[in-house]
Parts: sequence; structure tokens; C-alpha cells
Amino acid sequence: MPAQNEAPQFPFPPSPVPYSPGPQVRELMAKCPVNQVRLPDDSTAWLVTGFAEAREVMIDQRYSRALVFAPGRQVYGVEATLSDALIAKDPPEHTRLRKLVAAAFTDKRMQALRPRVALIVDDLVDAMLAGPRPADLSRSFSLMVPASVICALLGVPVTDVERFHEWSNAIFADWSRSREEIGQAYAAMSGYMSELITQKRESPEDDLISVLIDARDSRGKLTEAELVDFCIQLLAAGHETTASSINMSFVALCQHPGELARLRADPGLIPAAVEELLRYVIISGSGFIPLARITREEVCLGGVTIPAGETVLPSFNVANRDPAAFEDPDRLDVGRVPKTHLGFGAGAHHCLGAQLARMELQEALRGLLTRLPGLRMTRPMSELEFREGQVIASMRELPVTWDDA
Amino acid sequence: MTWRVTVDTGLCISSGVCLATAPGRFRFDESQHSSPVQALTEPDDQVRDAAASCPVEAILLTYAGTGEPVPPPD
Repeated sequence: MPAQNEAPQFPFPPSPVPYSPGPQVRELMAKCPVNQVRLPDDSTAWLVTGFAEAREVMIDQRYSRALVFAPGRQVYGVEATLSDALIAKDPPEHTRLRKLVAAAFTDKRMQALRPRVALIVDDLVDAMLAGPRPADLSRSFSLMVPASVICALLGVPVTDVERFHEWSNAIFADWSRSREEIGQAYAAMSGYMSELITQKRESPEDDLISVLIDARDSRGKLTEAELVDFCIQLLAAGHETTASSINMSFVALCQHPGELARLRADPGLIPAAVEELLRYVIISGSGFIPLARITREEVCLGGVTIPAGETVLPSFNVANRDPAAFEDPDRLDVGRVPKTHLGFGAGAHHCLGAQLARMELQEALRGLLTRLPGLRMTRPMSELEFREGQVIASMRELPVTWDDA
Repeated sequence: MTWRVTVDTGLCISSGVCLATAPGRFRFDESQHSSPVQALTEPDDQVRDAAASCPVEAILLTYAGTGEPVPPPD
């Protein structure tokens, strides 16, 4: 292990291939599954890139999320806004909140929702076909599929997408962004959500926000602050991640024309391809990992002894490229037999919307590949512009064109 | 009344939600599917919460004596 003063500076610069690990993290991966890094505030942390080790950190309760938010501890970027959200808690507190909505996101419920998502996808494709070429896939499709669906589930008007997407984009920030900017966006989104909650309190509807209001008002299951943060987290995480995943998956496929052709020729491969893309495609924008843990006690991880009270960063995206877990991990193979990956994390914080995101990605790929002949990027990958300082990669635009039917 | 804990490995997606929600009560088997550490347990809120939190409803809780399903948590 390197001595503390030799620990490399983290986050690393953006990878030249946006959906793949960059050279700095690959160098560490080759050395050890657990490496010490130096953070921008000059503290140190343990970056975990091994598959088994990252999974252990996310499941084992000796690694705490809640301690990240302990009084007096400095938090940065998106973490600064989420102290009352699901994502900031450990079991059993976390369980108390998660089980309020878990039933709404089960695989069964998501399969029942599939025809409605297919309709949303087809309507968006119809609008693209009727509009000019090139089109911005990011704005007109990748954003609108998950935004329309999460709005319908939560009971948020999708016509507000410009506003809430702007706020959530500012909230999903890394170390480099000003606390003031993040704070303003969070305050605006809180105000918006509180207003919506007030309306639904007066006239409840058949949606998840109303379910959560009832859990608070009739059963005292959560505080008002938890209610507001819960709804913000569901709305923000419910569209930013999947939007990025659709964009980045399409870009990755375009860079692998053989795989793209294979998928077009056999759309039956789409479910397996989605699992492979969830494994292969890294959507964490700057390499910053917002799901840090703090060790409750001394632990031994991947042969490394970590004292109590240390910051541990489970790099679950990068861990999906661990050769100890996947054969030929850097090869994108849409026909790969699906196997457990960490694209949705693991443990208590395993993505609540995992089954929703899977289904959305499947329907999105079906729409793009079967209804837009020869869909392709109009610019080389190196010219794509990403918004700086995002924890979830956010493209400014993704210009695409397609052939006449 | 004693509960029987069953995980449907055909449904399990190895999320690890149950391992974190009810520490020590579930583990991954060789195929990376969740498996109860003990098939029979006395009533346990964490095990019931784990079943309620499973994203694919793969955890089945029944009363060992009657085979009737254990009701979900409040």
C-alpha cells in the first residue's frame, strides 16, 4: 500500500472514453482492489474497485452511510443536500422508509407498467420521426422517457420537467461545484415539492406522493423533512440516472458497431443487452462516488486493514470491470449470459428503481433500434459535451440522425 | 409461531437488500442467490422487513405449522 502522502488525488480527471474507466483508476485496479486516495479537502479515503470488495462494503453493516452525515463531518456536492433522504440512512431507519414504497417498485408492478412505458416510448419516437433531423436524443427522448414515467408514478406534472430537471441537475453535483449553487437548487426543489405536498394533502390522488403523505399523516411513519427529501430523491434519482444510462448506452453501442448490428438483427437480445450495458457502461460523471461509507469499526477488506472512522468509496461501476468477476470484462458483448453486476449497487441501498430502470431501458432500446432505421450519432464521441461537475454524466446534447423508413 | 423462510432462486436478482436489512439472517449461496441462514426462525421483524423490501418479492414467509403466509409488516 502506498503511504498516505503518496496516495493519488481523487476524483481523477474525466476518462477519455466517457463510459469506461480512465487510466488512473485502471492503474489502481491492477495494484489492489482497495487503495488509499487523497480527497480535495486533503483527507484520505479508501477507493474500492474490486467486485467482491465493493459488494461487501455495500452490504456489510460495519460500513455506515448514516455516519457520513454525522454532526461536524463535512459533506460535499450532492451529499450536502440529502441528510433526511433514504440514501443517507442505515437499517433499521432506512428500512422504515424503504418499505413504505418498496411494494410500488416490485418487478410485478413494473411489468404491469410496461405497456404504458412502451406507449410513452412510441409517442416520443413518433415525435422524433415527425420532427427535423438531426435531433437531440438526450432532450427529446432519453430525458423524457424516465421523466414521464416517474412523474406519472409520483403524481408530478411532467410539464414541469424543465424546472425540476434543472434543479436536480444542479443538485447531482460533485466536489467541484459551489455549495451555494447546490443549496439554491435544493431550496427551490424543496419549495416546489412542499407546495405539491400541500396540494395533495388537500386532495389526495392515486400516486406515490399521496401514499407517502398518508404514511406520515395517518400513521406517523416519517417526519415532514423526511417526506420532502424522500419525494425529491424519488423524482431526481428516478429520471437523472436512467436518462444518462440511455444516452451513454447508445453512445457505447455506436462505438461498437458490430454489437449494435447484432442487436438490431435480433431484438430478442435486448434484455441480455440491457444487463450487459448496465454492467459495462459507467454513468458516474466525474468518477466522484456519492455513496461513501464510514467504517464503524476496524475492518479487513481485500487484505487491507482499515481503521474505524475512515471513509470508504465503493466504486461499483468500476468494479463491474473486475476480471476476477467477469471474463474479458472490458469487452461489450450484448449476448453475454447475464450475471450479477453492481450497476444498481447492492445491499440496503440497491437502487429502489432497479426493476423500473431495467424495464425502461429495454423499452427505450426497443423503440430506438426497431423504429428509427440506422439511428446514429452525427458527431464523433470526442466532440460530445458533458456538463462539468456532475455525479451522473449529463450530456449537453446528443445529436442523432436516421434513415428514411 | 415459528416461521419458515424460503427464497425463490428463480426470482432472486442477488441485490443483497435482504442481507443488509436482516444481518446474519441471509447469505449468498454458491450461485450468488440469497439463501436463509436458517430455514426456520422465531418471528423476527428484520426478516419480515427483508421480505417486504425485496425488489422481486423472492422471499416467502410462512407459518411453519400451517403453511399460511405471514402477513406483511405494518
